[in-house]
Amino acid sequence: MAVASSGTAKVTLPTDEQILITREFDAPKHLVYRAYTTPELVKRWWSGKCGEMTSCEIDLRVGGTWRYVMVATGGFEVAFHGEYREIVPNERVITTEVYEGVPEEEAPEEDVVNIVTFTEADGRTTLRLLVQCPSREIRDTIIDSGMEVGMQEGMDLLEEVAISLQ
Amino acid sequence: MARAATTADAFNAVAEPRRRQILDVLAGGERPVNDLVRALGLAQPQVSKHLRVLREVGAVDVRDEGRQRLYRLNGHALKPIHDWVKGYERSWSERFDELDVVLANLKQKEQGDGGGK
Repeated sequence: MAVASSGTAKVTLPTDEQILITREFDAPKHLVYRAYTTPELVKRWWSGKCGEMTSCEIDLRVGGTWRYVMVATGGFEVAFHGEYREIVPNERVITTEVYEGVPEEEAPEEDVVNIVTFTEADGRTTLRLLVQCPSREIRDTIIDSGMEVGMQEGMDLLEEVAISLQ
Repeated sequence: MARAATTADAFNAVAEPRRRQILDVLAGGERPVNDLVRALGLAQPQVSKHLRVLREVGAVDVRDEGRQRLYRLNGHALKPIHDWVKGYERSWSERFDELDVVLANLKQKEQGDGGGK
């Protein structure tokens, strides 16, 4: 399906413990908010091109929890969960985020906190996702994980090319 | 491993908040050291110390003009950091490309329903 894309996500590192992801969408903010907080809709985009989302639970109230499970293209499962700390409909959502792949004894004492804000201008919405980490090490690990995903995709692509050459 | 932690790499150079502040100011264009002193509210020796670290990794270039030393940003030296972040950025870009599709769909539906909010 052809979509007028609003460009790529921009990632910056405002401080040693933060990651800021910014992206503009060609839609009003109440729709971006809906797509961000409704399980059936999240399921359609959250896994990107990395795999298939097999479970999406969202209990959208302060103190409620969320849990996302994805089966990546390579066949392995990744799961994240967290708790809603603040919800301002169409404006802002603050949640904690825990990656379930980390053994409990290695899990950081403090959670990673995601602060998502939606701002609208001329019918377009800028989404800002600020990932606030308890330490620089954790921040760096999160970015490294993206690199692994990127590499995995590279491998998949390589495989496709290899198959096409047969 | 994605990053090597030596004292003279770009990662270390930008690990210090004051040095990031210097890079931010220089992103706006070439500046004499006095401007940086003013912008950061630090004593000149401290600013000079940070500038030295940034120059060592090539993040900042300097040239003399008359009696002034002018500093400017050299973004190319920060490329290792950009490369490091790129994989992460790409996975979000792909995710948000899918979100574009969902949103186009929602917009269409809303218009079909009579455009009510």
